[in-house]
Amino acid sequence: MSKDQILNVQGLIAYYKLRKGDVRAVDDVNLFLWPNEIVGIAGESGCGKTTLIKVLYGLVEPPLSMLSGQVLIDVNGEEIHLYKNTYEVKQLWWKHFSYIPQSSMGVLNPVIKIEDQFGEIFMRGDKNPPKKEIRKIVEKSLDALGLPSEVLRSYPHQLSGGMRQRVVISMATILNPRIVYADEPTTALDVVVQRGILQIMSKLQRDLGNTFVIVTHDMGVQHQITDRMVVMYAGKISEIGGTDDIFKKPLHPYTALLIESLPRLGDKSERKSIKGSPPNLLNPPKGCRFHPRCPYATSECAEKNPSLLEIKNRRYASCFHPLGQ
Amino acid sequence: MRVKLSKRVLKESLYALKSLITGDIRLLLGLVIFMAYAVLAFVVSRFIPFSPKRWGVVPRDIPPCWNYPLGTTSMGQDLFWILTLALQNSIIIGIVVASVSTFVGVVVGLLAGYKGGYLDRILTTLTDTFIAVPSLPILIMLTALFLGRIHILMLSAVLCVFNWPWPAKQARSMMLSLRERTFIETAVFSGTGTVGVILGEVMPLIAPWILANFTNTVLVAIATEAGLATIGVSSLEEATLGTMIYWALQYQAMFRGHWWWIAVPAGTIVILFFSLFLVSTAISSIFSLERSAK
Amino acid sequence: MRPIIKYAASRLVSYLLTIFIGITLCFIFPRFVPIDPVTTILSRTTQTGAFMEPEAFRAMRETLLETFGLKGSLQEQYFNFLRRAFTGDFGPSLSAYPSKVNDIIARSLPWTLGLLFSVSLISWVFGNLIGLLAGYYKDRKISKTLELFAMVIYPIPYYVMALILIFVFIFWLPLFPLMGAHAIGFKPSLSLEFLLTVLRHSFLPALSIVIVNLGWWILSMRALSTRISEEDFVRFAIVKGLRTRVILVRYYMRNALLPQITQLAMTLGNIFNGAILTEYLFAYPGIGAMLWWAVSSADVNLMMGIVTLSIIAVSTSALLIDLIYPLIDPRIRYGSK
Repeated sequence: MSKDQILNVQGLIAYYKLRKGDVRAVDDVNLFLWPNEIVGIAGESGCGKTTLIKVLYGLVEPPLSMLSGQVLIDVNGEEIHLYKNTYEVKQLWWKHFSYIPQSSMGVLNPVIKIEDQFGEIFMRGDKNPPKKEIRKIVEKSLDALGLPSEVLRSYPHQLSGGMRQRVVISMATILNPRIVYADEPTTALDVVVQRGILQIMSKLQRDLGNTFVIVTHDMGVQHQITDRMVVMYAGKISEIGGTDDIFKKPLHPYTALLIESLPRLGDKSERKSIKGSPPNLLNPPKGCRFHPRCPYATSECAEKNPSLLEIKNRRYASCFHPLGQ
Repeated sequence: MRVKLSKRVLKESLYALKSLITGDIRLLLGLVIFMAYAVLAFVVSRFIPFSPKRWGVVPRDIPPCWNYPLGTTSMGQDLFWILTLALQNSIIIGIVVASVSTFVGVVVGLLAGYKGGYLDRILTTLTDTFIAVPSLPILIMLTALFLGRIHILMLSAVLCVFNWPWPAKQARSMMLSLRERTFIETAVFSGTGTVGVILGEVMPLIAPWILANFTNTVLVAIATEAGLATIGVSSLEEATLGTMIYWALQYQAMFRGHWWWIAVPAGTIVILFFSLFLVSTAISSIFSLERSAK
Repeated sequence: MRPIIKYAASRLVSYLLTIFIGITLCFIFPRFVPIDPVTTILSRTTQTGAFMEPEAFRAMRETLLETFGLKGSLQEQYFNFLRRAFTGDFGPSLSAYPSKVNDIIARSLPWTLGLLFSVSLISWVFGNLIGLLAGYYKDRKISKTLELFAMVIYPIPYYVMALILIFVFIFWLPLFPLMGAHAIGFKPSLSLEFLLTVLRHSFLPALSIVIVNLGWWILSMRALSTRISEEDFVRFAIVKGLRTRVILVRYYMRNALLPQITQLAMTLGNIFNGAILTEYLFAYPGIGAMLWWAVSSADVNLMMGIVTLSIIAVSTSALLIDLIYPLIDPRIRYGSK
């Protein structure tokens, strides 16, 4: 892992082991994270994004099984192998990296007041900060997210969906973790609220200076707040690069088609959807997984699997014929 | 319409059988045990070699042995044969009570859930009250007045009074959740009347739940009758699982060391109820799994 | 506060209705008996060979007619019946003449209440505790064994369990006494000796109800606990790295207890039914045994008194529990925004 990276993933393989076979949700993934950036993980539903996040977090429960590869995290200058010291993972949770789950509707305990739920987060062991201090920290965080302090004395059912999502975001950032994973943070919300949440998250990241990982299939959201993008397809990474670069000149055919399917102001031409559908991860196609749907596929693509290579400066793609090269 | 209804009910039942064969062990075990008892009750009982109500047919108070596999009573009756008869009567009571109360309960519940409004509120209040009223004291008082000579059918009728609320409650809550589903609206908009909608669209879906409920009610009915009999207010001339216990207590079977007279009905109840319970829980869990898979 | 008031009001209405319908059933049922109940009882009394003056006979007939509300027109009958039930006037006991029914009930009620409260409490608390842990560790062998155990125990009727216990502990290994609530010759007092003998005598009756009840609570709580383990907020709690103890208490227990409290209210009637038969089998001098006594001696006044009381007692306990519930569930206490 190079010096300034805070997360480094090499050759990660994780399958769901089912009776009918293995679902190859994360199949040989390499990526890395730097401090102080917002990274988006993009791709269609079912491409393995959520599974990838779970594995990066250390949340591997049957039938999910981590088969090989390594996940290295920088914790206070020390390089930790996530899957070598299993007993330590729980200690790292929330303090060093946190996770905002997909739907905020039911993630808060309905019978405990919000302030007590915050209190639980701080009860980490023997040395707990005093109550007054906790209260100050929490109030500051809520304020930054635009929530009134009455929220603390409320129960979850008394808050609206947007408020709940912001409470969850606050909880996820309150211990100031270096990495915050957010899984489809805005999908359940309506468009206006969505924009507000994204702006809040963006500002939060700037203030805290940590790394946000936003998982979403919504390319519009990716364009709006991410600095860098990781595009996934069928359990593998197809492209990594700066968001603006990718949108201006995508390297992987899949990425290009994804971007093209987005509606754009002023562009009245018909939106094209990608023909076909994502492959079944139980039995993915041989060779490049995208080749059955790729308009530029050649016989080479049907035979061999392209690996993720650095094509240009800091831009990676797994394709034998990257666009414009 | 009728054809469609019976086709769907048939399909559901066939699915149930398939699940049985593909092996939910609870269902299998429960049904096997229950079938064994049913055979005892209805088939073996045909072969009773003497009139069931006669006393002094066999030597009294003999513990289980080769000749009398379950022993004999102080009245000179062979426990094995009495058991087959008692099983027959108890199971019949159970099934009759369960059939009537489940039918009434489901009708009430479905109507209340479907129509809503005033009717729903009245029926629900009625249902909840009947659930809340402690049934046993009232049953005891009523049957006591018959001085132990209550007719089996009358007894069954009485038991029905307190057993219809449970299926009603369940049927109503299921109807409430189904009412919103589009296929109901489709049926209504295409002109099907209330009865048609209920029978054709709703029933096939809730049939397994009704079945689970039915099984449970059989259990409860048999248990209640046996409880009433133990205390001496059932129809004491007939042989049921409960009256067996009653007579055993009357003749101080426990204290005179004739443990088999109590052990046989008590043990039968335990095993029989366990099997019924297995069946009803298995049915509900099989079909709730199917539900969530949908 | 408004949601609570609505809730309390509707519960109160159900409560009154339950009592009303229950008592009405007591009124209606005797009419379905083929032989006129008054005649039945009169003939029973004379059967036992007791000689009665014609005066006394007629007086008894009058009392019986009153008890069953058979005097006057149907409306009058019903009205009188209700009046008597609500004012608690049940008249003299026919079998223990001239003791008043209310006195007899007052003497035996404390025993039943003591039994019921202790039994309900013990089995609810322990059953839920065990079930909670069984659901949390749902894949472990002990959890599955407990589930099986509960499934075997739960369908057993209370009186059958009582018979089993009688067999094992009184007949086979005579460890416990059979009759009564205390050794003969003791006057009820608060002395340690008295308490000990009460405990010894009530142990088996209580145990028979507790075991079966425990089965039910373990089973239902385990199922509830398992369902809670799949809730989003529990998953999120795990992801947050919260300590196990916090999760068990604040996420599992706090959410599981609420429905279990409602359940308790619903099963009270059930436990009461079980207590009646258990008291009979153990000759425990509560109102269950009194009911049997009333039945076997055709003492209808006592019967009516006990039955009416049971209806009121069970409904009231359920009402109290239902009224406590909203104070604990924040969703009802503070309605939705």
